Amino acid sequence: MIWQLDLIILLMVVICGIAAISIRDLLGAAIMFGAYSFMMCLLWSIMGAVDVSFTEASVGAGVSTVFFVAAVFRTTRRTRD
Amino acid sequence: METIGTLIIAKYNYWAVVVLIAIGLYAMIAKKNLVKKIIGMNIFQTAIILFYVSIGAKRGATLPIIEHGHGESTHMVHAADYINPLPHVLMLTAIVVSVATLGVALALAMRIYFHYGTLEEDEIQKKIIGDEPDKIDSSG
Repeated sequence: MIWQLDLIILLMVVICGIAAISIRDLLGAAIMFGAYSFMMCLLWSIMGAVDVSFTEASVGAGVSTVFFVAAVFRTTRRTRD
Repeated sequence: METIGTLIIAKYNYWAVVVLIAIGLYAMIAKKNLVKKIIGMNIFQTAIILFYVSIGAKRGATLPIIEHGHGESTHMVHAADYINPLPHVLMLTAIVVSVATLGVALALAMRIYFHYGTLEEDEIQKKIIGDEPDKIDSSG
């Protein structure tokens, strides 16, 4: 585990998480959540959990983002917070 | 000598877990939009998965794949040389459960939107209260 890389990616995970819940547009929030999941997947592959990493890359960053985008397109992009 | 400060700095993964859990709880409690609440729930779940994977990590250890594992030569395996794979296997199940939860939650949010025409929690509550006298009038 390279701790410099670990710290940088932990910081990016926290930034992406804050951005995902504070953007005032649901499509943007869905895309930021996909970026959050991908950063989390990079973090786990750094920590040596490769099986968790590629499951998260396919399920978290792939299928979850598709679910969010499909739900936002069938409902609305408007949000007040 | 290990002081409190170095102990806090050395466990930075767990501090990130604390911050992410706080972000997820804040989004679930304080945000009014239902999709934002679902995103907060997912952040909470991934924070807990990060906590479990951090438990299994070791400094100076490699992936839990034994070299010449199927060969005829037997040699010593030191547990300190390999990352603990048990939390990884548990968290694979948690990821699958989290995506199933996400699908059910988004389907419920879509049904709520088709019925009430909005995803904001306070507007839905207003419409529920506004519907209530109509139901009493029509039934009685």
